[in-house]
Amino acid sequence: MKKTFTQFIEEFDHRTGLHTGLRKFLYEEIPASSGWHQVFGSVALFLILVQFFTGAMLAFNYAPTPGDAYSSLRYILTEVTAGRLMRGLHHWGASMIIVIVVLHMVQVFLWGAYKKPREGTWMVGVILLLLTLAYGLTGYLLPWDNRAYWGTVVTTQIGATVPLMGPYVSRLLGSAGEIGVVTFARFYGLHVLLLPPATTLLIVLHVFLVRRHGVAPAPGDDLKPKKSFFPEQVFKDTVAVFIAFAILFTMALVVRVPLERMADPTDTTYIPRPEWYFLFLFQTLKVFEGPLEVVGTVLLPTVAILALILTPFIDRSKMVRVRQRTLAFGVVLLAALGWGGLTAAAVKSTPPQTAASSIDFSGPTQWMELTPAQEAGIAYYRMESCGTCHNVVGGTAKTGPNLVNTAKRHDAAWLTTHFKQPSAVSPGTAMPQVNLTDAQIRDLAALMQALTPDNADVIDTAPQFVVEGATLFQKSNCGACHMANGVGGKIGPALNGLSARRTEAWVTEHFQNPRKMSPGTSMPPYPFSNTDMQNEVSYLFTLPDKAPVK
Amino acid sequence: MESNTENNGTSRRAFHLAVIYGFGAVISFLVAIPTAFYLLIPPRLRAGLKYIDAGDVSQLTAGAPVEMSFQENRLDGWKLITEKKTAWVVKEPNNQIVAFGPQCTHLGCAYHFENSQNQFVCPCHNSVFSIDGKVVSGPAPRPLDRYETRLQNNQLEIGQLKTSEPA
Repeated sequence: MKKTFTQFIEEFDHRTGLHTGLRKFLYEEIPASSGWHQVFGSVALFLILVQFFTGAMLAFNYAPTPGDAYSSLRYILTEVTAGRLMRGLHHWGASMIIVIVVLHMVQVFLWGAYKKPREGTWMVGVILLLLTLAYGLTGYLLPWDNRAYWGTVVTTQIGATVPLMGPYVSRLLGSAGEIGVVTFARFYGLHVLLLPPATTLLIVLHVFLVRRHGVAPAPGDDLKPKKSFFPEQVFKDTVAVFIAFAILFTMALVVRVPLERMADPTDTTYIPRPEWYFLFLFQTLKVFEGPLEVVGTVLLPTVAILALILTPFIDRSKMVRVRQRTLAFGVVLLAALGWGGLTAAAVKSTPPQTAASSIDFSGPTQWMELTPAQEAGIAYYRMESCGTCHNVVGGTAKTGPNLVNTAKRHDAAWLTTHFKQPSAVSPGTAMPQVNLTDAQIRDLAALMQALTPDNADVIDTAPQFVVEGATLFQKSNCGACHMANGVGGKIGPALNGLSARRTEAWVTEHFQNPRKMSPGTSMPPYPFSNTDMQNEVSYLFTLPDKAPVK
Repeated sequence: MESNTENNGTSRRAFHLAVIYGFGAVISFLVAIPTAFYLLIPPRLRAGLKYIDAGDVSQLTAGAPVEMSFQENRLDGWKLITEKKTAWVVKEPNNQIVAFGPQCTHLGCAYHFENSQNQFVCPCHNSVFSIDGKVVSGPAPRPLDRYETRLQNNQLEIGQLKTSEPA
């Protein structure tokens, strides 16, 4: 059996040369000084493969057009099994590649491995770094949420400031007018059709060049016996790959990647921020204002890229031991300090997002469809700690009955009496009477009647500011004049879609001084306290753009 | 002494190989299992409407089938699509309401009601069904399929289409 197998391999190799080629590749001799510091290239290659794979998997459930992109990603996150993990791997993998690629470059730079005859290997590497950043830039738009949209608005406008070529860059990115279907298609095309083959080709060239010139030796290596790439270095590479994968997998499992509100070009309150690895560029821009802006947007990045590409020609000194490369360490340290400082400044200057825009739409959002009364009921449910004795979503049995499907068992009148005087309708019950006003009891009853197995988790998932905003909505009797989620009066305008029509600042001022904002309105002023105002406005901004169909 | 280093060399090599293949296997496993889940387990479906309002049936006369159409909201992957559907609704002599699926059980052609014969007739291969859906003649292998129905204040609500059993 074994003989036949060996024979088969031999015959196969005779025809394809595969086995010999693989042996030649693996049993390459590497210098005596090779070791753990050279693992980053392999890790980067591994992570790129993870990105290719998870990207293809995501594409299986993804519709690459604005709008649909958002709902299909939401589908991946909320309905497809392991979809959140798959997206997590792709999302965190993207960040991790940047980290690893930079570490790889720093290592090569510190050791001076870019020197003669390896200039070409280094230059291809720099282009690969730029391609990696291009993946980040184009992939950022693809979720089509507010973060993606507004981040891309900034990016494309930076592209438009390039002297002379600006308008052409805009046209190329399809962003001459507004960001829409054309930009989206171009970014998607770049991200999945153009960049992957380009990266693959350049990686092949990069690895070919590494092999052609051999791994860079340290001075004195030629006197020591050489090592073999396999299994010694492959072992080290594998350990590093494994650690990287363990970190990536854990992050994908544990750190939730939020999906924000669907991209809304009319949302003037959104504060756009780029991905963390672009923050330093973003901060650099703030330094240069007016006509100098082009220094930050174009000049400095171009100089930096040129300096990187030309590094082997700027530093033409002889190969020395890594410990003697003080200047190189100084350059890296300076770059790290500059990058770190700018990034920290950018993070520090980022104001917190408003409550309404920080909602994670990849989580359960059924609470958004409740009426104000039902929503306020959640606040009273929490206030009265009903959950101490009652279950809604399951879990270990508690003293009181499960409240799902209450509507099937009791009507509003029964519930109201039950809350006020439990023993009147349920003799012998251990339930204490609830300490709420009649109006509040009505809202609590409305919530109870709305609970079904499908939406019962609203009790836990509705944000506190929303339910508090809803209690204020009820207390102020807003529903007498305004429709919200399909209930209310028609004297004032319907409140669904408010977030698309107005800014939070506008609505706040409107509450304080309605006449000033809408002359001739019959709405009285509502001088809420600061917290109340914030809750109220945030609540109104979480109402879906269209009232849910009942 | 010499053989000792050689032994060391072999066990070192064996250890390296074990780690390479072991870690490789763990990574492959951790990618393959979620991928299989991702591709093979059907997605968790959002609860859709089980019954759709098809309209008022108080004006129906017993024994006179009416073709009623209604809008069905259906989830197609991530998309909520609205489809127009039809049903042949019959009020039976005992005032029970029955809603038949609009396709012939032979090959799926749309059949119609022949007033003169008081029967459902399929134009494709001449399958004929009686007013209670039973096969009278022709190649149809089983009676007409029926929708699940319920009545709410004279409003007919239509649910799932149930494939009928061969007679």
